[in-house]
Amino acid sequence: MLTLQFIPYAEISSLTSEKKIQKLLRVVKDEKIALVEGKLGSNEKSELIRKTMQEIDDKFKGIEIEELDMDKKDKALLEKIRSAFINLLLGSRKGLTIIGPASIIKEIKKDPDKIQLFTEETKKKKKK
Amino acid sequence: MGLFHNFLKKFLKALFKKKGEVKLGLYGPPNGGKTTLANKISMDWLGEEVGKVSGIAHETREIQIKEQITIKSKNKELTFNLVDTPGIATKIDYEDFLKAGLKEKEAKGRAKEATKGVVDAIKWLDDMDTVVVVLDATKDPYSQVNITIIGNLEARKIPVLIVANKMDLKKADVKKVQAAFPQYDVIGISAKYGKKIDEFYEALFKITNQ
Repeated sequence: MLTLQFIPYAEISSLTSEKKIQKLLRVVKDEKIALVEGKLGSNEKSELIRKTMQEIDDKFKGIEIEELDMDKKDKALLEKIRSAFINLLLGSRKGLTIIGPASIIKEIKKDPDKIQLFTEETKKKKKK
Repeated sequence: MGLFHNFLKKFLKALFKKKGEVKLGLYGPPNGGKTTLANKISMDWLGEEVGKVSGIAHETREIQIKEQITIKSKNKELTFNLVDTPGIATKIDYEDFLKAGLKEKEAKGRAKEATKGVVDAIKWLDDMDTVVVVLDATKDPYSQVNITIIGNLEARKIPVLIVANKMDLKKADVKKVQAAFPQYDVIGISAKYGKKIDEFYEALFKITNQ
């Protein structure tokens, strides 16, 4: 059974990056998939990777992470690039971040309006 | 506080940096060809290799440095310390190494070292002067690892050159990499066969303003 835990922006926006990452990792290590409102900043994402690496053992294999944009499709290219950069540096309330344990989520594909989660089960079925 | 600390660090670094102490880092996900490119650069200009290459991911698990490499082209010259870093990943499963034929103890040891390697690679980001991000051109460039590496370099204002490697393979698509990162210089090469390596060196001069 897959458990999804929604984490609204308001629940993590006031937290320091360290606390935010601790919270997200706690959810994932609990074998749940975190659906986070908004996006993490680039420094927060590298910190998340660093902390994930420190937690890896025989049971916890790491994480799968993907982001979904909520920007309007008709936005001008320049505006898209500008907001993408701001988001890269600071994170954003817009969008959705999915973080799941690598032992359950084998792959996340973005297409670009939908996200597909491939679990161990779906991978096995595909092979048949 | 963080901004002031970064500024002070950069200022002191620039003040005490000796000539030729430019650090050129090779970053990217595992198996993109960082060490193959490091070996190609080092063989071309020093006549010696940097590290071992293998088909199993996370072959490079420690930072490897080749000091004082000078590349030349026409009237230009660029000297740097080449820093080959372990591949950055969000997951490391020792069972993948078992599937690749390693024994359990060896696979677990490799996984442990690989996690430390990722931590070190992230830590070293702050020390780089210029970074070449090495991507496998046969793979989807829109991965969160790629976006995170490039986002961090952008935040630190470190010049970036993106290399779409493995262009000798049929599935390689440099245009896809260019489309993913339109604001950066992207160059398609084959580090293994030296394809377009001269264009790569020219691009290095360009991003380092030589």
